[in-house]
Amino acid sequence: MPQPSQIPDAEATLAALAERMRPAVAFDAAFVGIYSGGAWIADRLAQMIPGEHPVGHIDVSFYRDDFARSGLKSGAKRSALPFDVEGATIILVDDVLYTGRSVRAAINELFDYGRPARVELAVLVDRGGRELPVEATYCGVRLAVARSLSLVLAKDGERLSFSVEKAADA
Amino acid sequence: MPDLVRNPQLNADGELTHLLTLEGLPAPVITNILDIATPFVGIAEREVKKVPLLRGKAVFNLFFENSTRTRTTFEIAAKRLSADVINLNIGVSSTTKGETLLDTVDNLVAMDADIFVVRHAQSGAPHLIAQHLNAHGRGHVHVVNAGDGRHSHPTQGLLDLYTIRHYKKEFHNLTVAIVGDVLHSRVARSLIHGLTTLGTPEVRVVGPKTLLPSKVESLGVRVFHDMREGLKGCDVVVMLRLQNERMNGALLPSAGEYFKHYGLTPDKLALARPDVIVMHPGPMNRGVEIDSAVADGERAVILPQVTFGIAVRMAVMSIIAGN
Repeated sequence: MPQPSQIPDAEATLAALAERMRPAVAFDAAFVGIYSGGAWIADRLAQMIPGEHPVGHIDVSFYRDDFARSGLKSGAKRSALPFDVEGATIILVDDVLYTGRSVRAAINELFDYGRPARVELAVLVDRGGRELPVEATYCGVRLAVARSLSLVLAKDGERLSFSVEKAADA
Repeated sequence: MPDLVRNPQLNADGELTHLLTLEGLPAPVITNILDIATPFVGIAEREVKKVPLLRGKAVFNLFFENSTRTRTTFEIAAKRLSADVINLNIGVSSTTKGETLLDTVDNLVAMDADIFVVRHAQSGAPHLIAQHLNAHGRGHVHVVNAGDGRHSHPTQGLLDLYTIRHYKKEFHNLTVAIVGDVLHSRVARSLIHGLTTLGTPEVRVVGPKTLLPSKVESLGVRVFHDMREGLKGCDVVVMLRLQNERMNGALLPSAGEYFKHYGLTPDKLALARPDVIVMHPGPMNRGVEIDSAVADGERAVILPQVTFGIAVRMAVMSIIAGN
């Protein structure tokens, strides 16, 4: 397991990410967080970045590519996009960018709501290890994490924090 | 667990692989279906009302008994999961030429069926198919019971449970009355099992002696023959369809007489709690078991039941297909 000093400080990383996004993000861009970590971050970013930003949440359970292998996990949430996706500028938000498979699933789901004008991707941590050609438009921090470990975001009150766990499939 | 004692609906890990009846199904399995149905409700509100979960899978609707509504809701559910749907009107095909039920099933498995949705007038037919598939190493083919005889109609029971939970949040403080022809109702049987499994403290059955099963108390319900008594303080009233053919069998004097005693009218409903919900599995007989003023009134949740039914069937099919 990595030492605590190597685990990123989620709050500081979020501040850095918001700093990077502030000059670039469209005034009316919608933030769409991927459950669960990405949803928390989308809520926070919409507050931190100037503009009128609708916020939506999506659960990609029904679009995952490992359904045939591992079935439907319990705890699927209801996706909610309380704005018109057709023609919208959307910032997809996730906590950790890894294989790129969740982002692929999320983009597929978005297009079942309508045709967005533009989709960008904001992530707190890019841990490498991509299995699909997906890159973040905005990234808080890049960090190499061993395949055997997973980086888990938790929320205590409003405060976000990362911890490291053994990966489920390792 | 040895196959002889295992619930045929569950695999060795205790996961749902066929849905045959709510009887004996553990509470967490039922709750999981209801939980997974919730996000499926939202899909109906989108531009594209489809998710790719069952892409490339084949769902065969085997309806040995007619039911346009149930078959249609299963068909919509399977199509919203991106499955291919094949409807077989068995009444006018092979079985009339003498083919046995299990030969029909084996032929359809050879056509790469993944899920069978089975309705049959004989109680136990879906069980027979599931056991046949399990015993012949075809456990990857799944069976959903869409109503068998007087026995069970588990997806209707689940959509009723979903509807109750949607409006009432919890089961542990509810009084639920099921009114009418309980004797011939597989809907009632499934719902009673589901409600008791999820901890509903008071389930009542209300109806004339001729339409209640003997020893119905053994299911854990309270019996009322006086509808006004039975509705007092209820949170949920479930009206059952009175099948017209029952009139001929001397079980009832007439539809008018039945309505007088057991028809749900606004003044009888006023005895229930003010926030009561009124449910009906359809198709309704207005003026026989339910007054139009109630069926179209603000306490009725009969049409939401239909909408939730599609989401619940999507949840069932995607859970079993993944196990």
